[in-house]
Amino acid sequence: MAGAQLAAKVGPAGTLSDSSHRTAPHVTIRGLTKRFSDATIYDNFDFDIPRGKLMSVFGPNGCGKSTLINMIAGLFPVDAGEILFDGQPLSSIKFGYVFQSYREAMFPWLRAFDNIAYPLKVMGVPKAERTVRVEKIVANLNVKIDLNLYPYQMSGGQQQLVSIMRALIVEPEILFLDEPFSALDYEMTLFMREQLQRIFVETATTTVLVSHDLEEAVYLSDRILLLSRRPARAVEFVHYDAPHPRTLKTMSDPEFISIKAHCLEIFQREVRKG
Amino acid sequence: MKRFEVFLPVVGVAVLLTVWSLTVWARVVDPVLLPSPISTFRAMWIGMTSGKLGLDFIKTVERTIYSTAIAAVIALPLGILLGSSEKVYRSVEFLIDFFRSTPASAMFPLFLVLFGVGDRTKISVAAFGAALVILFNVAYGVMNARKTRILAAKVMGASRLRVLWDVMLLESLPQTFVGLRNGVSLALVIVVVAEMFIGSTDGLGQRVFEAQQLFDMPDMYAAIFAAGALGYGLNLLFLTIERRFVHWAGK
Ligand SMILES: Nc1ncnc2c1ncn2[C@@H]1O[C@H](COP(=O)(O)OP(=O)(O)OP(=O)(O)O)[C@@H](O)[C@H]1O
Ligand SMILES: [Mg+2]
Repeated sequence: MAGAQLAAKVGPAGTLSDSSHRTAPHVTIRGLTKRFSDATIYDNFDFDIPRGKLMSVFGPNGCGKSTLINMIAGLFPVDAGEILFDGQPLSSIKFGYVFQSYREAMFPWLRAFDNIAYPLKVMGVPKAERTVRVEKIVANLNVKIDLNLYPYQMSGGQQQLVSIMRALIVEPEILFLDEPFSALDYEMTLFMREQLQRIFVETATTTVLVSHDLEEAVYLSDRILLLSRRPARAVEFVHYDAPHPRTLKTMSDPEFISIKAHCLEIFQREVRKG
Repeated sequence: MKRFEVFLPVVGVAVLLTVWSLTVWARVVDPVLLPSPISTFRAMWIGMTSGKLGLDFIKTVERTIYSTAIAAVIALPLGILLGSSEKVYRSVEFLIDFFRSTPASAMFPLFLVLFGVGDRTKISVAAFGAALVILFNVAYGVMNARKTRILAAKVMGASRLRVLWDVMLLESLPQTFVGLRNGVSLALVIVVVAEMFIGSTDGLGQRVFEAQQLFDMPDMYAAIFAAGALGYGLNLLFLTIERRFVHWAGK
């Protein structure tokens, strides 16, 4: 299993002993059903999220990508079905969540530093330790932003970087990113993709990325979940096991190109069906 | 050209004073009804420094501040409470809108019966009017807190109370200040009206009314300008506080 080897290469040494645990799905979704007033978004949906992989969710507009990660993160209630973490129902799992609209997700009344530290405050971590941990993550990611600024004083990319650090500060078990780069310009997007890869390589956190950019999804991911129009089905779960960090060369790798073409073909077929 | 732009804000005032002076000078209006700007401002200066106008001014300030403070103490917590649950707000929305639309002056007789002729009636009617305005704005501010920000706090594991305290409360601050500014303006209106008619012996309203009865026009205009300055000053005060505390508003 190439995937397991990759995880082994990447994972911290201490967690390698139990290989069956590492290959077991991190999140198990069974019989998930979700309706909004007039539409069925999910109808008896089954899916497994692999552990320690960077996974992308790709599908037509409004098919329910955001709804899916919101339900997994416990932000939206499900109508039926269950979502299990390591076989257990949601208890005290730490999530990281990066929203598309950083402007609306940051707290403008707090300086960037306090925004990053806020999840620790919620957890009851004392102030001195909060400061140490923020400084550590800033140093780790080699971030060069004045964190004494308020979010509205920063550029979009800086704000989204702050918002990613805020998600990572709790060392989450699962990191969700909902179209995190779509409000950024191209240069910033390229930079942020590299940052995300670095973070993933260093932490091997189970990551779920919603992206509307197929090239980005394939470039960054080990797995790509292709969803159909609603009610959403998992049309295919595409594997791409090229090692991280991927570079510009990856984009001209024949396997990358053929996987991207394959995903696009499926996507177009699904869109036409509607 | 740029150098003159700093004078733009005073152009309107200069035009008004000029037209006023010309009107008086040309005797378009009976001079008894419209005194000159100079005699008006002289009356204002004398009244504020050594006459009764200064005391009346302070009285009106006191009443307005008291009633706004009482209104805020009642309406801020209540507004947060109502706004934090949309269902609760919807169930009392009609009552709030109804009484908000009721002219507070229509409540004078009722409050007179309750509190008698005196400061308590004036202050409580003004507080009543201001409280509804503040309540409405705070509740809406809390209710319209950005969904994403609330979700962001929830996904970090924040409790309902914490979300209310750390997110919704701060989210509502810009709207709360709108409510406070409207509330203090309304309180001033009600206080001045009350001073005119409810057996008052002091206050700007009473001053205007008495000057009119005595046909002392410079005094009357002076009192009107004093009331205007008070309203403007209170608004400016709240704007300044708002800029200090809600630095992120509109950004
Ligand atoms: N709170 C809600 N109430 C009613 N309908 C909703 C609600 N949230 C989402 N929907 C609907 O559910 C569907 C799925 O929404 P969702 O946001 O999950 O889609 P998405 O795949 O993330 O779309 P996009 O690509 O636009 O981000 C949409 O048609 C949306 O209109
Ligand atoms: Mg979405």
